[in-house]
Amino acid sequence: MPSTSSINDGNLAPGSTLILVGTTKGAFVLASDASRQAWTLTGPHFPGESVYALAYDERNGRRRTLAATRSFHWGSTVRPSDDFGKSWTGPERQTVRFPEASGLSLVQVWQILPGPADDPDLMWAGVEPACLFESRDAGESWTPVDGLLNHEHRPKWQPGGGGLCLHTIVPHPHDKQRMLIAMSTGGVYRTEDGGKSWRARNHGVRAEFLPDKYPEFGQCVHKVASHPAKPERLFLQNHWGLYRSDDWADTWHDVANGVPSDFGFCMQMHPHDPDTVYIVPMQSDQFRCAPDAKLRVYRTRDAGASWEPLTNGLPQEQAYETVVRDALTADSHKSAGIYFGTRTGKIFGSRDAGDHWMEIADSLPPVCCVKAAVVGGNH
Amino acid sequence: MAISIVLPRALHQYARGTNVVSLDEPCPTVADALASLAARLPAVTDRVLTEQGELRPHVNVFVGTESVRFLDGLETELADGSTLTIVPAVSGG
Repeated sequence: MPSTSSINDGNLAPGSTLILVGTTKGAFVLASDASRQAWTLTGPHFPGESVYALAYDERNGRRRTLAATRSFHWGSTVRPSDDFGKSWTGPERQTVRFPEASGLSLVQVWQILPGPADDPDLMWAGVEPACLFESRDAGESWTPVDGLLNHEHRPKWQPGGGGLCLHTIVPHPHDKQRMLIAMSTGGVYRTEDGGKSWRARNHGVRAEFLPDKYPEFGQCVHKVASHPAKPERLFLQNHWGLYRSDDWADTWHDVANGVPSDFGFCMQMHPHDPDTVYIVPMQSDQFRCAPDAKLRVYRTRDAGASWEPLTNGLPQEQAYETVVRDALTADSHKSAGIYFGTRTGKIFGSRDAGDHWMEIADSLPPVCCVKAAVVGGNH
Repeated sequence: MAISIVLPRALHQYARGTNVVSLDEPCPTVADALASLAARLPAVTDRVLTEQGELRPHVNVFVGTESVRFLDGLETELADGSTLTIVPAVSGG
């Protein structure tokens, strides 16, 4: 075991903070100690390839980073690193593959989610075209979940601006038969039988771009967030609309109370408070930039009854920034770190749950996803 | 019948470091040649063809100096001694 604690040496001490950044031209890793005042940047990893999904998995004694990479020419794959990106072991074969009989071909992976601690080799991947894949060997091999692959609605799911992607995976923390996913477009789907069958769960979610504004499915849901302390309660950032469900997605209710725009992409729970959620509103679907060119994170601390702008340290003039659906994240430190990346290649972070912000990185390629973790769990 | 397949540098790592693969078995078409290649080096064809056996959108295969996109696609017929060249399109990174 190396004695140094350095991202450049592929070794980080317990309590270190990790930010994984995926961009249109590669991945970057930012590392800091628990104070989160100074950061070391490594990368680009996979230069020239887009990275829309990253994950960090510490189950079963691993210290594994997973990156979903997409080459413009050679397709998409999931690659692991056990030394924080110092080296990557790409699989020979492309492991996320649709069966030939499906008629589908993988475009890219949009989400990688490690499963629960008591099932340490279980992982999920959300992909484009919209489907859920499952791995039983910690990401070495993947199989599609048949209940979604063969869903009767599939012919009517339509791609949003980013493609027909399954981007959100929300497993129920106490019941392994239950899971919720979201796709653009298609909306929210829920299984109660371990993935065998899936029902659309979009009641109350508006589809502004369809003649029928409240269809059973077809909504362009951008992100869903939940906290394990209150698993039946969900928050949803829609393509126009902010919603909350208190009944595990049976019904949704508008909670866009006091935000400058209810259009946006990303949504993140506070790691320790199930009433606190973060969003970054965008002006509109026709102008997907910060409203009034002021970069503001909005936070609710009362489960959507009210939202407050967080601006301290964020640019409030000429900030034509865009934050996409997976570019907002949180670490698990006691004083929660909140981080986000922009399409202009900036990374902002807060060490105090959003009260104060600092620019951590600049001039990266356009940011697609940001994931944070504390090495060794909570410290 | 000998067919040669010239691989781009990006795929050498999936071809045990080689840059030209010679096929001695009968390969009447480009699809047949790529199927023979898949039997030897499946990691290479993973990156050239989709799960549906279609040429990836930004990968080009030439027979001699002509792209199969302007011939009969993967059904383009091969003559003895043909050379296939796999190259990434000008798009990218």
